[in-house]
Amino acid sequence: MNPTIELTQIGSIISTLLLITGLIFFVAGSVGMLRFPDSFSRLHAVTKADSLGLGSVIAGLMFYCNWWQNVLMLFTWLLVLASGAVSCQLLARFCKAAEKQG
Amino acid sequence: MSLLLFDAMLCALLLMLALSSMLSRQLVDAIILYIAFGLLMALAWARLAAPDLALAEAAIGAGLTGALCFTALARQGLHAAGPKLSRQQRFWPGLFVLIMLTGLLLSLLQLQVQSGPLPAAVATQLDNSGVSHPVTAVLLNFRSWDTFMELVVLLSALLGTLKVTPPLTQRGNWALSRSWSQLLAPIVIFLAGYVLWAGASQPGGAFQAGALLAAGAVVLRLNKQLNWLHWQNGWVRLLTVIGLLVFSLVAIVAWLLPVIPAKPVWLGWPPAVAGAIILLIETFASIAIGITLTLLVVAEPANHPAVITHQRTEEGAHG
Repeated sequence: MNPTIELTQIGSIISTLLLITGLIFFVAGSVGMLRFPDSFSRLHAVTKADSLGLGSVIAGLMFYCNWWQNVLMLFTWLLVLASGAVSCQLLARFCKAAEKQG
Repeated sequence: MSLLLFDAMLCALLLMLALSSMLSRQLVDAIILYIAFGLLMALAWARLAAPDLALAEAAIGAGLTGALCFTALARQGLHAAGPKLSRQQRFWPGLFVLIMLTGLLLSLLQLQVQSGPLPAAVATQLDNSGVSHPVTAVLLNFRSWDTFMELVVLLSALLGTLKVTPPLTQRGNWALSRSWSQLLAPIVIFLAGYVLWAGASQPGGAFQAGALLAAGAVVLRLNKQLNWLHWQNGWVRLLTVIGLLVFSLVAIVAWLLPVIPAKPVWLGWPPAVAGAIILLIETFASIAIGITLTLLVVAEPANHPAVITHQRTEEGAHG
């Protein structure tokens, strides 16, 4: 709970770069979800944002927190990663089944 | 400055999501927007420094209510449109909402910026409450009557739902979602236990823990696990009332056996054992809340035992 941990210059640069990378992935994922033509490519775009984007944001935030918060954030990321992958698969299978049915 | 920007965006998004959820023509869209609204609402509570409410909103408002709405919709047919109402039919509900909204806004204007005398009163009595978290102290000691009645409300909601709900048509049996739900189950139980235990000193407590348990149980139940979890099972019925049961028993015992205090207080705990009593009540309450919320989502109608047997035979065919 102490956001004023002193960062070295290189640390703050790396952290900012990671945060910006994460944001770019999120923006790209959202744009992809809105613009892509079919469900499968939309799923592809969204899960990229969820997994890699969130990963970069968390990696960027890890510079500011203590080790226990970092462990919790990593755990959160793993959960989101796994649930994103699973729900993407489920949605894609549902879409495929629906397509087959006509 | 940047926080102000964040708050302004949050408020604007909340209003937009609420409006578009209300106005969307497809009920599916309305539910999805409502879930997003719940998530942002949790964020808003967190920004207002009310982590207890944020936890409850995220678990119940966004998570479980979404599942509840979706299963309710699945019982109606997934693409059911909202009912068509004439202008006349809309008038009275609209007028009612308008009057309520005006009253709410007027009372909002009267809110004082400074907090009233109550937080200070809670702080002075906190040592006698048995817990160190003021919210839990209020909910389960100073105002335990309210929590008791909340459990009654939840139970009545379940009983009402069981009377009117049409059977849930379960389709599809996906190995992937089943194994994922099984993988999640121990994590959910662990987290619920932690949230329950943390309630004594940090944000957390019975409702949040119960909602977490329910979320896990709902996912398992929709994947055709936990087959004992239906209303026809007498033990499940016992579990739905066990929170109220333990609550009343403890209250009666604490009332009849005045250990220290001169005059016994109804639903007031003697300070020496208050912590243990609160933990006891919260444990059973969260089990009851979990089971009740699960049944609310996946409930089978009370008078259709045929549905259960039909499902069993179907599972037998699958497995």
